[in-house]
Amino acid sequence: MRLSRSILSFFAVLGVVLGLGLSSPAMAQQNAPINPTASSVREDQLLNALKPGSAAEIGGRISIPDGKAATLIRPAGREWREFHQGTMHLVGAVAILGMLAVLVGFYLKRGKIMISGGPAGSTITRFGAFDRFIHWTTAGCFIVLALSGLNITFGKVLLMPIIGEVGFAAMAQLGKYAHNYLAFPFMIGLALMFLVWVKDNIPGMIDLQWFAMGGGLIGKGHPKAKRFNGGQKMVFWSVILGGAALSVSGWYLLFPYTAGGVLNLQFWNVVHGIVGVVLIGAMLAHAYIGSIGMEGAFDAMGSGEVDLNWAREHHSLWVEDEMKKGVVPARLQAAE
Amino acid sequence: MARMKFLCDADRCIECNACVTACKNENEVPWGINRRRVVTINDGKPGERSISMACMHCTDAPCAAVCPVDCFYVTVDKVVLHSKDLCIGCGYCFYACPFGAPQYPKVGNFGSRGKMDKCTFCAGGPEADLSPAEFQKYGSNRLAEGKLPLCAEMCSTKSLLAGDGDIIAKIYKERVVKRGYGSGAWGWKTAYKETVAI
Repeated sequence: MRLSRSILSFFAVLGVVLGLGLSSPAMAQQNAPINPTASSVREDQLLNALKPGSAAEIGGRISIPDGKAATLIRPAGREWREFHQGTMHLVGAVAILGMLAVLVGFYLKRGKIMISGGPAGSTITRFGAFDRFIHWTTAGCFIVLALSGLNITFGKVLLMPIIGEVGFAAMAQLGKYAHNYLAFPFMIGLALMFLVWVKDNIPGMIDLQWFAMGGGLIGKGHPKAKRFNGGQKMVFWSVILGGAALSVSGWYLLFPYTAGGVLNLQFWNVVHGIVGVVLIGAMLAHAYIGSIGMEGAFDAMGSGEVDLNWAREHHSLWVEDEMKKGVVPARLQAAE
Repeated sequence: MARMKFLCDADRCIECNACVTACKNENEVPWGINRRRVVTINDGKPGERSISMACMHCTDAPCAAVCPVDCFYVTVDKVVLHSKDLCIGCGYCFYACPFGAPQYPKVGNFGSRGKMDKCTFCAGGPEADLSPAEFQKYGSNRLAEGKLPLCAEMCSTKSLLAGDGDIIAKIYKERVVKRGYGSGAWGWKTAYKETVAI
């Protein structure tokens, strides 16, 4: 650049020298002054040149030690703000209120799903202590994570007017610490659930039949199922995949300087928020059918011992396998 | 009432970083935080420009919109301030800010970022004006003393202007008209959704 500039000035001088002899001095003067803005960087040009993605920032060089401060303007923050204040609220409200409405409607129409043959009075072991421990560790963490997460988006609207800004800030601070620390047992629980239950959750043809029969929820009758039926496999994979997405995105939000810039943090925040509310919706359905929605279902994760008739209706092939292994159902003593 | 704004005339900025230093000293800014910084665009090329940047005290500020605990407030002079007592250090303002203004005293892992810190337009915080508690949390309150932010007041080339938006826009406009060029009111379009029309 320096070279071209000196060549330019050389020609300018040459022009002046030649011009003196050839033409009027006025023409020579037009060539001589240097326009200091001819190549000056202008904000409007830089703003117009911005593209979504990696080139969405105007930045330069900075002489203070904090290299991150070299970004001058990052208009993408406005889109993230629009997302967080608009789309996020909408998706969250639809996922959670929508699911609650569906569940209430389902309960009113279908009622509690009873064991068709009535309780057998004898039980079979469905989940051992370790299974139940990892389920409830993960579930307990998830409930706190979900509530403290929802608080970040909706608390300002729903709770703050009730408990006041000082009380709300103190609660949100506690919620944030709970969210950050419980993330770790949640991730461990996820990994253990994956390892322990993946072998029984591989999708197969039997699951297609299960869905074709409406899982026994919509239609009549009880489709065959092994240890986990089609619906439970769906719950398993949404927890594992959704949980993995929450873990990865949450990791970057927890360790912000590993994410590689604010634009990436905005992206991970979007992933975290959307996957979070969708998974909360899915877990509402899971909790419903595992408790008030179905007779005998809660025992699986409560005592771990389920009624034999319940097991035969919902997991016929699993019961057969267990019997072949020589498992003897235990008689209940209190009843009869 | 005035509508306070910053305007950096990049054609005058000589990247001396005195505004950065003055701000740190005047406000006793925590270690590792620079409320103001000078960025040089196209460094070493013809037409390079340096711009001093801090919180622009945006109209309809994104930080305030996304804050989950609503710790931001706007003064009568339209300066965007926040309460460190309410701030939970979640980082949302830091995601939303187009100017990288919100910063945290700790290099934030495990939610231990600490309370957010940013330029206050030398207007302190929610505590009583000029109280020791206000100074300790937010730094100087020069506006309460009838002064403007120190960064702009001591700018050696009068590149950085701070004050009522209409007045500083007029000064900048006159300069551009007189000298015949100007690289723009940096950040204005993003912060105020308007720029200085020349």
